[in-house]
Amino acid sequence: MFVYGLINSAVLALMAIGFNLTFGISGVANFAYGAIYVVSGFLTWSLINKLNMPYPVSAISTIIIIGILGALIYRFIIKRIRGLVISEVIATFGISIVILEFLRYVGFIGFKYSLPMFITGSVEIFDAYVDIQRLLIICFVILLIIALYIFTHHTKIGRAFRGIAQEEHTSLSLGINPDWIASLSMGLGSSLGAFAAIVILPLGTITVDGGYDVLINALSVCIVGGLGSTFGIIIASVIIGYAQTLTATYLAPHWTMIVSLLAILIILVFKPSGILGHQKELEERV
Amino acid sequence: MAILEIRNLTKSFGGIKAVDDVSVDVHENTLLGIIGPNGSGKTTFVNMITGFIRPDKGSVRFKGKELIGLTPYKITNMGIGRAFQMVKPFFHLPAFKNIIVPLSSDRVKATKGGGFGDKDAIALDILEEVGFERGSSVPYKTASVLPHGYLKRLELARLIALKAEVLILDELFSGLSIAEVTSIVPIIEKLLVEGKTIIMIEHRLKELFRIADNVIVFNFGKKIKEGKPKEILEDEEVKKAYLGVEV
Amino acid sequence: MLVAAGLNLLIKKRDMAKENYRKERIDRCIKARSDDIYAISSKNEILYLLFPRVIPIAALGIIALISPLYWQKVIISACIFAMLAVSWDFLSSCGMLSLGQALFFGIGSYIAGILNHYLNLPFYITIPVATISGGLLSTILLLPVVRLRGIYFAMVTLILPLMLMRGIEATRIFGGNEGITGLSPFPNIWVELIIIITAMWVTLFALRRFISSDYGLIFVSIRDNDRATMASGINIYAFKAQALFIGSCICAFCGAFMTHSYMFTGIPVFTMEFSILPIAASAIGGIGSLAGPLLGAFVLVPLSEILREFGTLRVVFYGLVLVICVVALPEGIFHYLSRKYNEMERWVKIE
Repeated sequence: MFVYGLINSAVLALMAIGFNLTFGISGVANFAYGAIYVVSGFLTWSLINKLNMPYPVSAISTIIIIGILGALIYRFIIKRIRGLVISEVIATFGISIVILEFLRYVGFIGFKYSLPMFITGSVEIFDAYVDIQRLLIICFVILLIIALYIFTHHTKIGRAFRGIAQEEHTSLSLGINPDWIASLSMGLGSSLGAFAAIVILPLGTITVDGGYDVLINALSVCIVGGLGSTFGIIIASVIIGYAQTLTATYLAPHWTMIVSLLAILIILVFKPSGILGHQKELEERV
Repeated sequence: MAILEIRNLTKSFGGIKAVDDVSVDVHENTLLGIIGPNGSGKTTFVNMITGFIRPDKGSVRFKGKELIGLTPYKITNMGIGRAFQMVKPFFHLPAFKNIIVPLSSDRVKATKGGGFGDKDAIALDILEEVGFERGSSVPYKTASVLPHGYLKRLELARLIALKAEVLILDELFSGLSIAEVTSIVPIIEKLLVEGKTIIMIEHRLKELFRIADNVIVFNFGKKIKEGKPKEILEDEEVKKAYLGVEV
Repeated sequence: MLVAAGLNLLIKKRDMAKENYRKERIDRCIKARSDDIYAISSKNEILYLLFPRVIPIAALGIIALISPLYWQKVIISACIFAMLAVSWDFLSSCGMLSLGQALFFGIGSYIAGILNHYLNLPFYITIPVATISGGLLSTILLLPVVRLRGIYFAMVTLILPLMLMRGIEATRIFGGNEGITGLSPFPNIWVELIIIITAMWVTLFALRRFISSDYGLIFVSIRDNDRATMASGINIYAFKAQALFIGSCICAFCGAFMTHSYMFTGIPVFTMEFSILPIAASAIGGIGSLAGPLLGAFVLVPLSEILREFGTLRVVFYGLVLVICVVALPEGIFHYLSRKYNEMERWVKIE
């Protein structure tokens, strides 16, 4: 119970972190995130099964390729409409639709599309048998959060990221190129999406609708936790993760989506900006 | 009795005290100037009075009524108008339509009608008052093409349209030429004659001190001095804080 | 475009003698100073203003009259999508970016379906009730988000329909996966056509008039600068809620109408198509004009009917259109046409 809740929370956090990172740094809401997640799954699958690459190599090359793809999406599409929120949202949303529905049309549907586990087998913790893959997810999430913290606080690019996130114009005058940083952040966010896909997808099959599910989950976690706040994301993942696990155990598995819906509605009534949201209603700085 | 009583207003942003325990009385029909270096908390102070930021503690009383906790539009409807430092008018609307928005507020509802053009004449009158030439095409131009000087006048016109009793002007003169400033000063003086109370945040000290009745000085979020313009000018501490001159 | 070119030709023919004449924009003497104040002094000028408004109405009426049944159905669905697109554009010009018109549409559709199926109410009761109550329900659901700036509204409207879809799947309420079938249809196709076409034109012209009235321009001002609107003593949340209500009522009407037209309601009403096509139509037609999205819908829906054999590829096509239009052609058809129409010139005698 406890372990399953934790795993579920970790999965949610992993899904949301890439979306949140891109938004937090460049202010671009990447609605193509779910599509990127699914594409990563298919890419890894193709690299393994069509080109017969070993699993670790294809996983790493997927992360790199998807990262570059994300940066290219920024360079060639979003950069041209930067600052026009409506256009940004519509464009990323459009990209998402194009990718996902195209995959559906081509026919990537079926049970044969699944990724292998890193390590098969399971262990017994607190009276429950748990796949090692699921335990790995928890480790990965913790490592990822630590790595991100070190990256944003102790490296030059990471600091530039935070600078852009706080005040774009000041950073501009300090010799930071916001377009470069934004495409990096978009690339990094996409890489994280790919990473999430590679870690999570072995637990199930790759489906097109999974892309929408990931987007829904990422958005719900971000709404509940507060956009742009990493700790808010973690807290929200834990809350929703446990709530979903509890419903799945005591009610029925297909009620879990309603839990997220309820969580969103409740948070919207009591604190619309999320648990740790920076997005205050109408505040402005000096 | 003071029309605005501000007591112990405090706000911090993540450990930095933007405004630290400021108390001021603003008397009716006077012009209060607020000066201080950039980032000394002047705009935050104004944001708290007008309800855009909720202070950590303190109180603001307008004619004896507490303002803290009210939303900006309620405060505005009570008669406290506020012009923004960064002028962002309603870019898609022509200049005179910009004035229709405040004319539609609860405060000015007395003016009848909501259909086409009912309020246009009033809007044009107000724009003429702040220096939009009536016969010309300027009042009909879309706000996005107006030059900076006109945008500042538009902010002032918005407050006049609101029939605000207290006008808070956040750096109204910034970015204007001397000629433009000298043409706006009479409008402000006229508002004073009409019995309005004005609070001005300003970096153009020369122009401000000529019209101000009282001046307060901010530094690092604290009110370091309050007095007549003349006293402020001669104060050593103010010189040090404001001009960075070691005396 | 054809219409504009034709008119140009006509005017040129009439004034062949070019000596002692100069060119002048037709709208110059009509538009007094500002774009929405007209000074009309002759019949021709009234014609100039009425022409672009009357022709589409007449054309659509005639096409609907002479088309075969299949294409009449296409016109109906084009009208539905046109109304969804107009509503999307209205919400976006009030600063609310909706990625889920399907939410409002689906709520309206389900209310009409439930009323008809469980209470056996006829369509002339279910549609008005579904319109109003669907609008109210959507507004109440989204009211908290209205307080937030930025992309929150987009995020929430995107996920709510998808979640409701899964919720209905999971709880199996209201027919679950299969939906509610066998609802009462309209008496005949002409009633259907008349209702939807009238509703569409009324929506368009009423909203266009509304948004340029003294009351309506407050909505535009909220999008331009919400803080300055607040500092003008306007309760922006109340206004946003009103805009949301108007926008969602329109969509709920479409949903209710389609329920009776297809005699069915079910989870497909929450699908992406109802969210994405209105946005694509707006992007093609030109955002911010209300008439543009309508035009866009009448381009996209028949086109997608022709592309029907490609199945789901149509949605890919909408997505592509969306990205290309937003990135490369932000102006849109309507803005282009109206600019050309306003730039039309005539010969005037030099005195």
